[in-house]
Amino acid sequence: MAAHNLKHALFCAIITIIIAYPILGLNLVAQGTSVALEGATTATVINVFLAAVAVFLFQLFRDSIMGVFGKVPNLNPMAKRGPISQERRLLMERVFFVAIILLALVWPFIVSRGAVDLATLVLIYIMLALGLNVVVGLAGLLDLGYVAFYAVGAYTFALLSQYFGISFWLALPIGALLAALFGFVLGFPVLRLRGDYLAIVTLGFGEIIRILLNNWTTLTGGPNGIGGIPDPTLFGMEFGRRVKEEGNVSFHETFGIAYSGEHKVIFLYLIALVLAVFTLLVIRRFMRMPVGRAWEALREDEIAARSLGMSRTAVKLSAFTIGAFFAGFAGTVFASKQGFISPESFVFLESAIILAIVVLGGMGSQVGVILAAIAVTILPELAREFSEYRMLIFGAAMVLMMVWRPQGLLPMRRIQIELKEQG
Amino acid sequence: MLEVQNLSMRFGGLLAVDQVSVDVREHEIVSIIGPNGAGKTTVFNCISGFYKPTGGKILFQGQEIQGKPDYKISRLGMVRTFQHVRLFSKMTVVENLLVAQHRHLNTNLLAGLLKTPDYREREKKSLERARYWLDRVGLLEMANWEAGNLAYGQQRRLEIARCMVTEPQLLMLDEPAAGLNPAETKELDQLIVSLKEDYNVSVLLIEHDMSLVMGISDRINVINQGRPLASGTPEEIRQNDDVIKAYLGEA
Ligand SMILES: Nc1ncnc2c1ncn2[C@@H]1O[C@H](COP(=O)(O)OP(=O)(O)OP(=O)(O)O)[C@@H](O)[C@H]1O
Ligand SMILES: [Mg+2]
Repeated sequence: MAAHNLKHALFCAIITIIIAYPILGLNLVAQGTSVALEGATTATVINVFLAAVAVFLFQLFRDSIMGVFGKVPNLNPMAKRGPISQERRLLMERVFFVAIILLALVWPFIVSRGAVDLATLVLIYIMLALGLNVVVGLAGLLDLGYVAFYAVGAYTFALLSQYFGISFWLALPIGALLAALFGFVLGFPVLRLRGDYLAIVTLGFGEIIRILLNNWTTLTGGPNGIGGIPDPTLFGMEFGRRVKEEGNVSFHETFGIAYSGEHKVIFLYLIALVLAVFTLLVIRRFMRMPVGRAWEALREDEIAARSLGMSRTAVKLSAFTIGAFFAGFAGTVFASKQGFISPESFVFLESAIILAIVVLGGMGSQVGVILAAIAVTILPELAREFSEYRMLIFGAAMVLMMVWRPQGLLPMRRIQIELKEQG
Repeated sequence: MLEVQNLSMRFGGLLAVDQVSVDVREHEIVSIIGPNGAGKTTVFNCISGFYKPTGGKILFQGQEIQGKPDYKISRLGMVRTFQHVRLFSKMTVVENLLVAQHRHLNTNLLAGLLKTPDYREREKKSLERARYWLDRVGLLEMANWEAGNLAYGQQRRLEIARCMVTEPQLLMLDEPAAGLNPAETKELDQLIVSLKEDYNVSVLLIEHDMSLVMGISDRINVINQGRPLASGTPEEIRQNDDVIKAYLGEA
């Protein structure tokens, strides 16, 4: 055992040096017209060496360190509570949703403009995460290219407004439906694949969409993106200082109040809130409908589900399409919020973050996913000083989470259908 | 109803099923017996579409079905249970039966979201059907339990109920008595006969419990090492020398 650990620890330490030295130590330096390779400074070498020692020690005493970790959850007073009845749990969930929606409603009127903007972003991520939760958490399909559908929604709105002058409200359903169509068409050939293969193909699809957006310059403007995306209007009232579109009136003039840039931000926030609540409720309803049971059945025992006449492709395709639909929704809101979009916003990292939200929150659990979306979006903003280490902290949080609570913050609890006493 | 003609299934070098023919008519209980590893489950897997047979024909209601996808075959009215019980164990007992009835339900997403009258009506009907069958197999009291928490014998009965709510014409049972105590086996015996008598389903049965097989089968097929050994009424099988040598003698 000890010998084995020693060997393993040595191996890990050497790997650390092999990886860290060239990345951190070697620098390409421009000397006039040519580029030269510069060796590491002594300080870097020492740091790399120290890192290797740390890795070595950790791996050597890994079992005891992990043992300590294992004991930690006992400190959590919630860990030992018994199962609660479904009625109470649903009641608690409802209270949670109502409380958080009420808080969300008063939020824009008590905080600064920046905080409202951030909250809109949180809501967009909540929509995305709830949508991906259907695909990953409920249907058990690992989709690493989810951002593609988000991009489809955003670009649909941007392009429609640019070429046809279509407004936000019309673009919203079109964007979502088009994203759903993309999901359907892509899902059809791909969902035959299982597990890892599916993950890789969806990853590839996400990249293809991004590269397409980047290179189809005549249509999408390529890396320059598309700007001038209009803000949503409220029954024909615009929120800008001056009315841009013929026939519209402006919000502040209609109500005889002074113009304020905040009106627009708050309005957009409220739209995002309504859409997020809509997403939440619709998906919650799906979970109790035959389609939700089918996702679950297929995830639990595919062979049994098929033996009962369930078509694997049809069921998985429904999850994929529905997930894509809500991503399209979120994309349209995002485009409208930013007023400008470019392929930069739809990189793989974005997919990874949404997936991380779902996994951290507890796959399938809506409450957990909402909490995780809030945490993952807000924490980096609070810790701006650490922004350079953002990915590092993010990665560490994921690893810790997997050690501590592999099931996520609030693991999913099913909503069961009960057969009532005959009355 | 079901005609299996010269079915063969080869796994690489292993010929697991070799020229087996089985036939089930309306209102009949037909059994397949044979020693361990004889290829019985493989025959089931071929019929139900989990394996694509390498040779032979399978006809259901006169229609060739070999090589069709499993879920399509099941929709024709032929459902099976598994040698190792396969329930949706995290779902409740009644939900297991609802999942099975997805074809009876209104699966239109909009109808479900809006709770249209048709949607409610069908949902209510499938709950009633579930209630009926739970009562029939004696699981009504456990309707809201998680299926994984049922005792083994109860799980077996739930699996049969789950097949029955799909309203099949042919029920295929893979060793339904395995792991049951004598009292439970007796109940199972009565249940299977009643399925045939009262609900007019035909049954294709794989079973090792000889008294069960001999008691309820109309006809029996014996296979040994993938090859058909004998077929006939229980009486004929009991007296068949090959069978006694290969199978009964061994037990
Ligand atoms: N998917 C497969 N791949 C390779 N070999 C298989 C496969 N399925 C079954 N076999 C082989 O086919 C033979 C028949 O197996 P089968 O499960 O049909 O027997 P059985 O009659 O049901 O036995 P038991 O009474 O133990 O259930 C065995 O030798 C088994 O190893
Ligand atoms: Mg078997």
